[in-house]
Amino acid sequence: MAHPTQLGFQDAASPVMEELLHFHDHALMIVFLISTLVLYIIIAMVSTKLTNKYILDSQEIEIVWTILPAVILVLIALPSLRILYLMDEINDPHLTIKAMGHQWYWSYEYTDYEDLGFDSYMVPTQDLAPGQFRLLETDHRMVVPMESPIRILVSAEDVLHSWAVPSLGMKMDAVPGRLNQTAFIASRPGLFYGQCSEICGANHSFMPIVVEAVPLEHFENWSSLMLEDA
Amino acid sequence: MAEDIQQKLEKYRTAPFDARFPNQNQTRNCWQNYLDYYRCQKALDAKGVDTAPCDWYKRVYKSLCPLSWVNIPSSPISVSIRIVHECHLLSTFPCVAQIEKWDTQREDGTFPGKI
Repeated sequence: MAHPTQLGFQDAASPVMEELLHFHDHALMIVFLISTLVLYIIIAMVSTKLTNKYILDSQEIEIVWTILPAVILVLIALPSLRILYLMDEINDPHLTIKAMGHQWYWSYEYTDYEDLGFDSYMVPTQDLAPGQFRLLETDHRMVVPMESPIRILVSAEDVLHSWAVPSLGMKMDAVPGRLNQTAFIASRPGLFYGQCSEICGANHSFMPIVVEAVPLEHFENWSSLMLEDA
Repeated sequence: MAEDIQQKLEKYRTAPFDARFPNQNQTRNCWQNYLDYYRCQKALDAKGVDTAPCDWYKRVYKSLCPLSWVNIPSSPISVSIRIVHECHLLSTFPCVAQIEKWDTQREDGTFPGKI
């Protein structure tokens, strides 16, 4: 989850998010270098006592400052496209989970074998246990087996919502009548938090998402328990 | 042929990648498999043949289609309770289930697809 005064991304919990993190570092470094250069030039221009009224043309520098930005853009575009295609690769999921957005909670359906479905409401602030996170905890979490490719189908039952989990690098709009597919692999076990990312009414800020990645046996035990409670 | 389907069904984990629906919008994938299951049932019933091969489409549509689109599920928190709760919150609507389930529509003869 996010920390107070956090500036950067949350720690990556999926391979795609790791790639995005590294790409962001790369692109931001280029941005910082260019900004530093420009700032230096501005300061140098402003603080010099030299004047020159007679420069007419400068073919060489014009060529340099046309070609160099083009090269820099290519250096940004290549990793970007690599990640774009990586995200689009055909994967063979082991599990399909449906995340349905409602006003104002998410419901999850695991219907590959049995019909398992449950709602996930935010835990109100006054009911939080010590150590739990305000406005982020839910009564039922979306439990997934770690290190398995998982397909998530996101939709909504009433208005637009958006299912987002930043540490997994995921955000997908929930549109009524439409099934939006996305996929991820949780690289490590843990709790990954997210919040609804499309304005959906009064309690839009109070319908969080918690993904709990656990080893496969724990997932199997959990799903048996959930089915028994039905 | 039937044994292959049996084997595929036994090893079924989840709906596999379908090249007919390679993109983000999987609505049609769910819809098509739902249609294919009931069409397969109808066709094989008409021939008097075992309808077990149709179960593949059933598994796929069950994996992909939201329960609320298809039927009232028998899950821990029942959709029917939720629908009543939700429609009380929507003060502008009358309190009836907003989404007619496909199974209900088929029974009523109002299902929009051709089976």
